[in-house]
Amino acid sequence: MAEIRLHRLAHSYSRTPRGAEDYAIRSMDHVWEQGGAYALLGPSGCGKSTLLNIISGLLSPSEGEVQFDGRAVNDLSPEQRNIAQVFQFPVVYDTMTVFDNLAFPLRNQGLPETKVTSKVREIAEVLELQPLLDKKARNLTADEKQKVSMGRGLVRDDVSAILFDEPLTVIDPHLKWKLRRKLKQIHEQFNITMVYVTHDQLEASTFADKIAVMYGGQIVQFGTPRELFERPRHTFVGFFIGSPGMNLVDVQPDGDAVRFGATRLPLPNGMAATLPALAGKRLQLGIRPEFVHVSDEPSAGAMPVEVVHAADLGTYKILTFRLDGTLFKARLSEEQRVPEQHAYVAFPSQWTLLYADDLLVEGHA
Amino acid sequence: MKVQNNHAWWLVLPVFALVAFSAILPMMTVVNYSVQDIFDPTTRFFVGTDWYEKVLTDPRLHDSLLRQFIFSACVLAIEIPLGIAVALSMPTKGRWASLCLIVLAIPLLIPWNVVGTIWQIFGRGDIGLLGWALNALGFSYNYAADTLDAWVTVLVMDVWHWTSLVALLCYSGLRAIPDVYYQAARIDRASSWAVFRHIQLPKLKSVLLIAVMLRFMDSFMIYTEPFVLTGGGPGNATTFLSQTLTKMAVGQFDLGPAAAFSLIYFLIILLVSWLFYTAMTHGDQNR
Repeated sequence: MAEIRLHRLAHSYSRTPRGAEDYAIRSMDHVWEQGGAYALLGPSGCGKSTLLNIISGLLSPSEGEVQFDGRAVNDLSPEQRNIAQVFQFPVVYDTMTVFDNLAFPLRNQGLPETKVTSKVREIAEVLELQPLLDKKARNLTADEKQKVSMGRGLVRDDVSAILFDEPLTVIDPHLKWKLRRKLKQIHEQFNITMVYVTHDQLEASTFADKIAVMYGGQIVQFGTPRELFERPRHTFVGFFIGSPGMNLVDVQPDGDAVRFGATRLPLPNGMAATLPALAGKRLQLGIRPEFVHVSDEPSAGAMPVEVVHAADLGTYKILTFRLDGTLFKARLSEEQRVPEQHAYVAFPSQWTLLYADDLLVEGHA
Repeated sequence: MKVQNNHAWWLVLPVFALVAFSAILPMMTVVNYSVQDIFDPTTRFFVGTDWYEKVLTDPRLHDSLLRQFIFSACVLAIEIPLGIAVALSMPTKGRWASLCLIVLAIPLLIPWNVVGTIWQIFGRGDIGLLGWALNALGFSYNYAADTLDAWVTVLVMDVWHWTSLVALLCYSGLRAIPDVYYQAARIDRASSWAVFRHIQLPKLKSVLLIAVMLRFMDSFMIYTEPFVLTGGGPGNATTFLSQTLTKMAVGQFDLGPAAAFSLIYFLIILLVSWLFYTAMTHGDQNR
């Protein structure tokens, strides 16, 4: 059990990295606190797995330090770090039975056989593997194999942390939800630091208390699912989290407001003061589809827009509209009436965010 | 409506013709010889199973069959573990890996009779490096006179010639194991023996099956190398089955018994190969 701290960590697969683009992980400082349930969320190829392998010690970082409880562990092997890791694709020891597979990490530690048996039975019960215990691992189905793989990670309760690398990729959807719940229970029961890598925001937010969003080799935001939703600190977070993602539109400063096309939007309180300092940067305005206010009646401050498309997704509706040549999306609740052809929209100022070169501009309220 | 007919069978014809010429026809001539006593092109008698009975009770065949089994068993017992060990200790990438592969491939490229000649000279006490050196070190070594020396020399020669094949097969098998297995094993704190026992060996099973079958069949049919090296001697100490057969067929021109012998020889190889195959693939079915 440990707090994991990444200190100025960077990694490049190239031996002679020239520029930032040669780095899979760009210089990062980050702390995973002891006992937390974390998700590492990001698109394929953003460096998630690289980061995980560096934490577990399978990969040695080119720069910086990995610290467990303040102690640098760069030179320690995965065995010495005492960490468990579950991989994307199931790894089982074909010639062993399920029981022996689960017992393998414990026996390698030299635990007495009575303890091994009770631990294996316990974890088999949690993962519902009891009927398979005597079966040879090679004869299992893919999701059974993955459960065994996970079981080997969970069976040791003295580990510093358990790392999951998209462990539910090969699992049936209905089982996924169940297994995520199991992991959560195990986390609550044993209070082990868990880091769960995924590219699925739903998976991340149901498993983790805090999510680290990774993009281009960096953690661009670390926060609760709510924080990621309400105040994305990077345009990528706005775009990646949420369904559909945040509306983002390029804007130009115009006095104490911003403008795109002929539309002039006053900036929320305090933000206008930051505009002069942002000269020369790419400015974008962002608003979540959930926060766009849509009505079919004109009202004060509402802008007339052209309705392009409405999609009914069962529990909610997605309205696509055009404002000054730019397409926006708004999320309407099931009960709300869908305007035809013309609508009036407003962007509530507390949910309208300004980004300069992709980073959130914090207002000085 | 679909027309149902058997025209597709014509497509099998080329393969059938090929197999007929490569296997069935030659084998049938052998079967033909094995059931007749032929004196000259016009005089022949049908003898039924006489030749088979004669050959099966021939002590010469018993002796060389026993020698043959011992030889093949030794070859497998040495070359398979040694080949695995070589493959395991080879570098996995870079210039050294390529170099190792080339070095390993060299013995495989040398013709059998050249291998025999190389070792024949290499082992000689007067001008051969090995023979001379052993004698100079005080060991009395003479493969032409001493049975044990002859045996060891033939075995070492075969190991030198063919271990590479096993090593190359295992090397390719090892490279096919995804990294994640090794990673998982490190996370599980597996010892290197456990990695070998539970990851590498099971994953090598299919290439090992090929290696065992090839080495068994080849060693069971060995002819040229001992023939060049020892000529089957001293006495009959290194006379293996194929040499006994050749003596019978070409030396004494006993075509009938030789044909019967050939068929028995063929059946033994088929049977033992089948046994190996069944034994090594059987484990997959249980539970």
